Amino acid sequence: MIVESSRDLWWKKLAAHGFLIVFIAIIMFPFLVVVSISLREGNFSTGSLLPDRPTLEHWYLALGQTFTRDDGTVVPPPYPVMLWMFNSIKVAVIASIGIVAISTISAYAFSRVKFRGRAGLLDTLFIVQLFPTTLALIALYAIFDGLGDVTPLLGIDSHWSVIVVYLSWVTLHIWTLKGYFDSVDPALDRAAQIDGATPWQTLRYVFLPLAVPMIAVVFVLSFIGIINDYPIASVLLRAPENLTIAVGSRFYLNEKLYLWGDFAAAAILSGLPITIVFLMAQRYLVSGLSDGGVKG
Amino acid sequence: MTEIALKTDVPAPRANLNWLGLGVVAVASLAGLYCVWVLYALGQTLLAALVLGLVVAFALIFSQQRFYASRFIFPGIATLLLFSAFPVVYTIYLGFTNYSFLNLLTYERAREVLLSRTVVDLATERPFNLSNTDGQYRVFLPAEAGGLLSEPFALDGNPVTVPVAAVDAAPEVMAMRDVIKLREQLGKVTLTLPDSTTLVSSGLRAFASIRPEFELQSDGVLLSTVDGTKLTPDQSVGFYRDEAGKTVPPGWSVNIGLQNFQYVFNSAGIRQPMLAIFAWTVAFAFLSVSITFALGLLLATILQWPHLRFKPLYRLLLILPYSVPAFISILIFKGLFNQNFGEINLILKALFGVAPDWNTDPWLARTMIVIVNVWLGYPYMMLLSMGFLQSVPEDHKKAAALEGAGSLTVFFKITLPQILPPFLPLLISSFAFNFNNLVLVLLLTRGLPDMPGTLVPAGSTDILGSFTYRISFLDSGQRFGLAGAITLIIFVLVTVIAYANFVAMRRAAAGRPTP
Repeated sequence: MIVESSRDLWWKKLAAHGFLIVFIAIIMFPFLVVVSISLREGNFSTGSLLPDRPTLEHWYLALGQTFTRDDGTVVPPPYPVMLWMFNSIKVAVIASIGIVAISTISAYAFSRVKFRGRAGLLDTLFIVQLFPTTLALIALYAIFDGLGDVTPLLGIDSHWSVIVVYLSWVTLHIWTLKGYFDSVDPALDRAAQIDGATPWQTLRYVFLPLAVPMIAVVFVLSFIGIINDYPIASVLLRAPENLTIAVGSRFYLNEKLYLWGDFAAAAILSGLPITIVFLMAQRYLVSGLSDGGVKG
Repeated sequence: MTEIALKTDVPAPRANLNWLGLGVVAVASLAGLYCVWVLYALGQTLLAALVLGLVVAFALIFSQQRFYASRFIFPGIATLLLFSAFPVVYTIYLGFTNYSFLNLLTYERAREVLLSRTVVDLATERPFNLSNTDGQYRVFLPAEAGGLLSEPFALDGNPVTVPVAAVDAAPEVMAMRDVIKLREQLGKVTLTLPDSTTLVSSGLRAFASIRPEFELQSDGVLLSTVDGTKLTPDQSVGFYRDEAGKTVPPGWSVNIGLQNFQYVFNSAGIRQPMLAIFAWTVAFAFLSVSITFALGLLLATILQWPHLRFKPLYRLLLILPYSVPAFISILIFKGLFNQNFGEINLILKALFGVAPDWNTDPWLARTMIVIVNVWLGYPYMMLLSMGFLQSVPEDHKKAAALEGAGSLTVFFKITLPQILPPFLPLLISSFAFNFNNLVLVLLLTRGLPDMPGTLVPAGSTDILGSFTYRISFLDSGQRFGLAGAITLIIFVLVTVIAYANFVAMRRAAAGRPTP
């Protein structure tokens, strides 16, 4: 690096660390507050950051247990957080499996199979992925409202309807996986071809084993994307026992029934597992996003 | 290794497999055709046609060896057409209809609803008695000799339909005042006479037969059996009209051409807020992208500095906001920014004695939503910047520094011009994402506070997408048609953004040596 006087450097270091520490302190503030609130009595924000009289009430309620206060009042859990969590996970896992299957096959086709119109389709795909599913909310509502007359399985308030809609999120993942498949040495599939493997067999026996880590990342990404969805689930799911956690959590902060403390515990409980999974996968995620977006 | 595995694992007797495969394709195609028929019967002609096309393509591609290559692309294309393209097209189609809470049904369904309406024919009223044997009740309809006695039933307030049969002698009946106490439960009882007329309770002491309120005439007109009025279907508004011209619900949805668009563009009460919302949508997306980009790049540059220690720790803490599920962070901020009970105002009050109206002042609400979005979005930009910064050759910077350029000059003259072109498609993607960042708006503000004096509730923090969401699902009587029309406008805007992104991506790809 360029020669710098040691005195200058010392000041620069101090400024850099100082800036980062102050910035991180501000960024972390919401998390600290939420942890503190979840241990505090009552549902309003009064008291210091370190609760004077810590209580596990909100945590009991978030875990679906009734809580008996010291004065003998029994508090039932306000909302079925664990059930919502289960719904979210169920929907996200099933839809992500579908997304992984479709995007793997499609990405392989775009990367290796020669067919007419491939370049045009790729361009279309790139443009389509910028159109959010939320643009189609009204049609989705109308379609599933109609289908519900035929089979409740694909009607409003059915998890299968939501899963089917989430399948349309494959576009982004096709790009991510295609970027990965493009980086696989073509000599490998040529070798398979010479041995008489069909394209399907090449995918099954050569590409699939190679792409397992990347497919896992796509799975995690689509899983997190689905868990985070609010608009689609809020339109297609109505009954309290069918809601996903993202839709249900909103009820906690209703002006008429403001359950700030209960929300804090439920938020940590449902957010922590996803956060940990994400932190483990994020390294791959970003390379996938930037590569997928730029490689033509 | 791989080659050996291939040879041992994959010996497939082709002919056998083909017959099995053809069978599966045939069965799947037939199932698909059944779906087409069901959809067509439902009145979803457009969707039925699309599914039919997909079924035919499926049958062709998977039965003919020469379409082998297409088999890989079929699942992806089918998913996109069915679940991405079709719903968008259908939403826009709805923009040309009056589909709404008032006009929710199809014409056939609306007619059915009216035809299934019944009236009590007071002319057929006849008195009744009630008998009670150990909680099992029977209705007795006396006649000149004997009468009609119903099957026993439990009078528990649930709707029941019971047959009645002729008997010779009257049973022991209850006193009238006890019967009157049960009038609410009796209201749920339907009697079926041997000649299949149905009777319902028509008063305290009587049952009477019911008959349909309307009769269908051959020309589609509904004739009232009560007062002889005629209801004529009016396909231009999707309602039946009575003789005075008044519309009679329920309505059905009909094509109304450009009326929704005229409504949007011509009435000031909706055009003004639409323009304001559009301007805010663009401003919001632009502010979000530029602030997160600047902040992310700044942090990445600092983290890239060779003299900095504890880099992994800083990095981990800095990306934490990105790793927490967004819906949770947004709701946390909703609580923190709460005007009355929120921590942020508590602290501001303690420190400076002010409590800003985050929820009611339009500009403060907008500031809040941008702050939250920056918090949510900067780590993504930071991570991307760190990747792109690494690709800037170190010797370019050194050369510039040797020429006497300060570190700021180096950054703006050397680093930024090098990372901006590959960054551009991602910035545009991020712009498109924020342009439709429904999750943030719906969870944080729901568009509130509302602008005063608008025809359709429109909020100062609404973006176009959340505006249509509110029109369709929250507070304006489910005006899907109107929302569909606005969706077309959003669609055009997103297309422009997407095309810009496409061009930017092409340029970036061309400027980069292909690996």
